[in-house]
Amino acid sequence: MPAESASDPVTDPGTHHEGRTVLDSRDISRALTRIAHEILERNKGASDLVLLGIPTRGVPLAQRVAAKIAAVEGIDIPVGSLDITMYRDDLRMRPARTLLPTEIPHGGIDDKTVVLVDDVLFSGRTIRAALDAMNDVGRPKTVRLAVLVDRGHRELPIRADFVGKNLPTSLVESVRVRLAEFDGVDAVTIAGVAARSTDAEVLR
Amino acid sequence: MKRHLLSAADLTRSDAELVLETAEELRSLADRPIKKLPALRGRTVVNLFFEDSTRTRISFEAAAKRLSADVINFSAKGSSLSKGESLKDTALTLEAMGADAVVIRHWASGAPHLLANSGWVRSSVVNAGDGTHEHPTQALLDAFTMWRHLGSLDGRRVTIVGDVLHSRVARSNALLLQTLGAEVTLVAPPTLLPVGVEGWGVETSYDLDAALPKADAVMMLRVQRERMNAAFFPSAREYSRRYGMDARRMGTLQDHALVMHPGPMIRGMEITADVADSPRSVIVEQVTNGVAVRMAVLYLLLGGSESALGGTTDVAGDAGKDRTIEGADGSATAGGAA
Repeated sequence: MPAESASDPVTDPGTHHEGRTVLDSRDISRALTRIAHEILERNKGASDLVLLGIPTRGVPLAQRVAAKIAAVEGIDIPVGSLDITMYRDDLRMRPARTLLPTEIPHGGIDDKTVVLVDDVLFSGRTIRAALDAMNDVGRPKTVRLAVLVDRGHRELPIRADFVGKNLPTSLVESVRVRLAEFDGVDAVTIAGVAARSTDAEVLR
Repeated sequence: MKRHLLSAADLTRSDAELVLETAEELRSLADRPIKKLPALRGRTVVNLFFEDSTRTRISFEAAAKRLSADVINFSAKGSSLSKGESLKDTALTLEAMGADAVVIRHWASGAPHLLANSGWVRSSVVNAGDGTHEHPTQALLDAFTMWRHLGSLDGRRVTIVGDVLHSRVARSNALLLQTLGAEVTLVAPPTLLPVGVEGWGVETSYDLDAALPKADAVMMLRVQRERMNAAFFPSAREYSRRYGMDARRMGTLQDHALVMHPGPMIRGMEITADVADSPRSVIVEQVTNGVAVRMAVLYLLLGGSESALGGTTDVAGDAGKDRTIEGADGSATAGGAA
């Protein structure tokens, strides 16, 4: 499936993935600040909010948004993580994948407003899997979606409520999100055809 | 790819650690309202038990069901097996029913190996205890329990006490724990140590009291009377006095040391009731962990297009998120039906 690796920027081992920087550290911070405010505005405050990050990059993004909400409202909202590995529609197409942590905050998600947080929205299949995974955890009042980058090319009827940056891309391009928590640097880069093909070689 | 789990020796260190880490993620499922994951939806797991079992069969059944697999239980009593049907014919029946995995317990050492390598079935074979040979998932759950309490097993000292001769648990544990970096000491009367134990790479001792103070975990084994065809020790009472775990002996352990037992235990024989029920005993937790570990094994063997165990290349750089597999090893590709 072509959507596979690119929908999930972590899978690109491409240390050579230089590409063009679309968002730098300050841009990312500003985007997350705006998302935090939009979440509060939409929710009319911070009550009954739960942020669930999708591992791996969605988890620190959720924590950062929560920190920004805490700075504005003075309330620590619960943050957790939701692993979608076993709910992927391509689970059977590759060797069994390593599981990632699922941590549901104390108090659960029943009757809460859950905001799913991920780094890149692409095919929408990750989010579909996340909705299925959440179904087995509880029944939220509302589910919303916040992403740092929306690169288009949806394959399912799914959209984000809060978007850091809309990034029109072509299918041969790859988007890579790097975060200080994992990669030592905050940056969103986009690489074109040439870099993409070298990445593909590394993968296969 | 290794499609089967027949022996603890099949697992490399990275395989074993992958099972433990996967089990750790799956363990939290027990705390959720819906204890179910969709990973094995539409797959069939057959529990083929030629020998009595409580924990292992229930544990495998719970593990497969929590992963949404269809489970068929097949036990020797009450099936054609008691009429004298051969293992081959039973296997062909299972194959005809489309089993994706066969979990087998058999009184004959090597039966799972025969089933896996005979060509009778295409499914994955998981050894759930064969004769006096091996019981790899028990070793994995024991290692998992120790790992949760003690952290890394590197340099940890594990003392296994009792009927080593008849114990598949001891053999699998000795193999796996050494793979994970632990030092294993077997303590038993001379009559209950197997021939060739020198080749296991473990220390042996006849003196339990000397071994206890340095142990990080002590595993008590059941005396397997049903397998004994000779007098291995003078009396049960003498065995208990020399090799049983009682409150006095427990007092000589280090503060963090764990007391373990694979079950079923004979209270008053190898372990006294007050030790079995003490806070140091992790015997009940071993059972809980057994489900998580067996879920991990079934998921890693069956969850994807091919087994995730025994990968030649382990791209663990990015938290092992994606294990790139080169198709170099074409030996076993018959695979579970997709």
